[in-house]
Amino acid sequence: MLAPAADPSLDPTRSFQGLILALQAFWARQGCVILQPYDMEVGAGTFHPATTLRSLGPKPWKAAYVQPSRRPKDGRYGENPNRLQHYYQFQVILKPSPDDLQDLYLASLAAIGVDSALHDIRFVEDDWESPTLGAWGLGWECWCDGMEVSQFTYFQQVAGFECAPVSGELTYGLERLATYVQGVDSVYDINFNGRDGSERIAYGDVFKQAEQEYSRHNFEYADTELLFRHFRDAEGECRALLAKGEAESRHLLALPAYDQCIKASHAFNLLDARGVISVTERQSYILRVRELAKACGAAWLKTEGGGAASA
Amino acid sequence: MPDLLLELFSEEIPARMQRQAAEDLRRLVTNALVDRGLVYEGAKSFAGPRRLALVVTGLPVEQSATKEERKGPRVGAPEAAIQGFLKSARLARIEDAKIEKDAKKGEFYVAVIERPGRPTKDIIAEIVPEIVRSFPWPKSMRWGEASARNDSLRWVRPLHSVLCTFGAQHETPEIVSFAIDGIGSGDVTYGHRFLAPQPIKAKRFEDYAASLDKAKVVLDADRRKDMILADARSLTLAHGLELIEDEALLEEVAGLVEWPVVLMGEFEQEFLEIPPEVIRATIRANQKCFVLNDASGKLANRFLLVSNTIASDGGEAIAAGNARVVRARLSDARHFWRTDLAPLADYRDKAQKPLDQRLAKLRALNIVFHEKLGTQGERVDRIVALAKELAPLVGADAAKAARAAELAKADLVTEMVGEFPELQGLMGKYYAEAQGEAAEVAAAIEEHYKPQGPNDRVPPGSVSVAVALADKLDTIVGFWAKDETPTGSKDPFALRRAVLGIERVTVETGLRLPLKSLLRQRLLAWQLLDLIKFPTSEFPSALENASAIEAGKTSVHFQRGMVAVTLASEAIVPCQNIATSRAIDLLTFFADRLKVYLRERGARYDLIDAVFALPDQDDLVLIVRRVEALGKLLDTEDGKNLLAGYRRAANILRAEEKKDGVGAFDAPHDAGALVAPEERALAEAIGAASRDAAARVSAEDFEGAMRALATLRRPVDAFFDKVTVNADDPKLRLNRLRLLNELRRAVRTVAEFSKIAG
Repeated sequence: MLAPAADPSLDPTRSFQGLILALQAFWARQGCVILQPYDMEVGAGTFHPATTLRSLGPKPWKAAYVQPSRRPKDGRYGENPNRLQHYYQFQVILKPSPDDLQDLYLASLAAIGVDSALHDIRFVEDDWESPTLGAWGLGWECWCDGMEVSQFTYFQQVAGFECAPVSGELTYGLERLATYVQGVDSVYDINFNGRDGSERIAYGDVFKQAEQEYSRHNFEYADTELLFRHFRDAEGECRALLAKGEAESRHLLALPAYDQCIKASHAFNLLDARGVISVTERQSYILRVRELAKACGAAWLKTEGGGAASA
Repeated sequence: MPDLLLELFSEEIPARMQRQAAEDLRRLVTNALVDRGLVYEGAKSFAGPRRLALVVTGLPVEQSATKEERKGPRVGAPEAAIQGFLKSARLARIEDAKIEKDAKKGEFYVAVIERPGRPTKDIIAEIVPEIVRSFPWPKSMRWGEASARNDSLRWVRPLHSVLCTFGAQHETPEIVSFAIDGIGSGDVTYGHRFLAPQPIKAKRFEDYAASLDKAKVVLDADRRKDMILADARSLTLAHGLELIEDEALLEEVAGLVEWPVVLMGEFEQEFLEIPPEVIRATIRANQKCFVLNDASGKLANRFLLVSNTIASDGGEAIAAGNARVVRARLSDARHFWRTDLAPLADYRDKAQKPLDQRLAKLRALNIVFHEKLGTQGERVDRIVALAKELAPLVGADAAKAARAAELAKADLVTEMVGEFPELQGLMGKYYAEAQGEAAEVAAAIEEHYKPQGPNDRVPPGSVSVAVALADKLDTIVGFWAKDETPTGSKDPFALRRAVLGIERVTVETGLRLPLKSLLRQRLLAWQLLDLIKFPTSEFPSALENASAIEAGKTSVHFQRGMVAVTLASEAIVPCQNIATSRAIDLLTFFADRLKVYLRERGARYDLIDAVFALPDQDDLVLIVRRVEALGKLLDTEDGKNLLAGYRRAANILRAEEKKDGVGAFDAPHDAGALVAPEERALAEAIGAASRDAAARVSAEDFEGAMRALATLRRPVDAFFDKVTVNADDPKLRLNRLRLLNELRRAVRTVAEFSKIAG
């Protein structure tokens, strides 16, 4: 059994990776499957099929994972201490939402060194909505001394379907949380590996160059012709797979179809960052992705994972 | 007498919903009790982050018994009617009903339904679950295992426990037992989430409130507000600073804490380079903290936060943590501020100055103002043209008005306004000042949104007035042309506010606006565009043509690229008709708003009606002056008597018109047929007074006109004293009625007296 606290370099208040390991260990003890990141570009942990699709249908589900999230428009060429076009979310999904979810969340904060006797922890109204996923829920942003460190949502609808039962979703902004527990002002100053001196690796050592390069890419160099084509291709392929996968009352290709929906969504995000989508068009692109997400959700509900009765 | 105590304990309730929820709970429970015959002495409800609570005092132990007699069908009625009666009266057999006799109906059945009073406790156990299930939250949710069913309980956030007791103060009240979706009622609540999370048992309200207090929960939101304000004031005072009070923020913050602890945080002096409004907006919107002024009245580099806990280090870590977030937010704000002041790389070739580059961007992005009214860029063009047109009327420099209108919306694409939409206008002013625009231009960019409501000030400068009017008129005409008018409580484009703004600006600055022609011309322009299906970008040419049509032209020509359209009068006339009817409709809307506005200023609504009933009232300033003059007239004895005389005349005319037909007395009187000296005197006086009044009305001297009419009082009184209107001689009668009709008409030169109440 991994005991992160035993090694000072893995102390969650000293090391970024220690923070991740502590959260993983905590949620593993709650019976979650600890997954690895989804291997595609997504805008948030919610896009991972382990959340989007698994929150649909009647089957119980508990999972936790880190998800690298890409928001091309948030790139700041590595110059803003808090805004990144690539960052990590720690995502927990519990279906149905347990009655003591708030207590579990607070215990997880304690596990990473946030002491509620010393800090002011608050649940402040924040209703969550993802227009591209056709999803919404009610919940809060969780504040620690005035900083939003997590998002806490009871999913009500996903891909246009009512959630039955409702899942509880927790999203920890890992960089935010790390700057907080480590007491640094810039994400780039986060101690990544918890070592000191010449062995110390900072977040900036790992990601600053990437932020600069991707910012250039997202705002200046990404080939928009190509991206428009990618969007159309992904949309077409998603629809084709959805059609081909239909097998009477079942669906055989829900997951591959959903991958194409993710691709279309990311292409749209890049095009949006390049500033080539006008305000009116923007809405129609969001609508097109949502239609895909809804169709994938419908397909998923016809699979075993989605709870369809076995044939 | 016994009390009811109810608490609904849940996860954090959004602060903005708490007060209304407490009010709803009180209303719903007490109404339900009263509906069931349970009258109470007092009721008070409370709301906090995790609970709604209600105490109802002085309830009876049980309902009083009731006895109801219900009439049934006559004896010997068809079987179906008898059965229906038995069912509705819940009788087993018809023999259980009495038989009564009635002269008209004969013998019929009467059921006597006696209901014993039920215990109040049972009734509470019935109504509370119903109220919880159908509680009017603005948004509610499902949760947990139960949410697999679609009829599961909905609440604002997961509901955890219900405390419900009933009983007399001096005895121990009992638990009212019921269950809502598996949540059973009891006598248990919980204290502060972190400071005293243990369960607390309470059956009496006094114990309940006292135990919560001990457990670091202040039940009453108003008490939490008082505590915050008192602590905030003393803390600022101790530092020689001054709190900038903010009621809305205080209300919100009081909904975020069970036990308020006010702490002070600090940020670097250097951030004060950012405009103070921006700092305040940043700290307020994102951190829900209060900002402070220093002794000289300038923004200080301190802020107050309201935490929800008594920290073991006295709050040092909390204050430091909040300060770190504030600092990060302020660096973002400073970044926006500096970015907005700098040139915009992609638009360097389109414009020289930073704010003009933002305008270029606003145009280039084709940001839609409204799908039927085109882009923001087109809107700016329309406002510029209108502001230029209005400038001479308001005494403003036309070039400055046009420049201010041009830049008025440019800040919508700045980083700062993107982040804090409530700073629109203000940021435009700062950025305009920074690029050296004239002071009036910069001021107008901020002030063209004013007045925002009945309590906001009217912009003082003439350039600001021109742009403010142009912006609002363009909006109101556009939405009216597209039939997007307010209905009931729905006014998504704030058109009522826009019209009130136009009215306040014109009335308070005494501006003479030819409102009707201004509106009709623009409504016609939109209508022409609609007819030929040209895009909204062609509005300027449509307006030119509309103005030519209003000037008498009977055919107009449109050209757009290769497309040319010529409209002849058959096409133009229907458009004009639509524009006219819309203009009249819109003026009625103006009239309604003006009434509200004038009433708030103390004018009598009937006098407003009396003036609006006159034809062609579209000059707001004249309307107001007329109403004021009328009010003054009616305050005098002469005015009151004149009104009485007018009424007498109008009543007689109305009665006689019923016999002879409307319009029977419209012809002028025959001077030769005047017999009595009093009628001759009246005829003379009416002639003189109406000539005088009409002349004064056209000179806009309403008080003078009213005075002229007031001279009629004596001859009118004398006339009614001595002269019989309905004389036996039909010629005399006709002539006298014509004279009275002239009196009625004369009075109408100043107001429609028939609308005056009292």
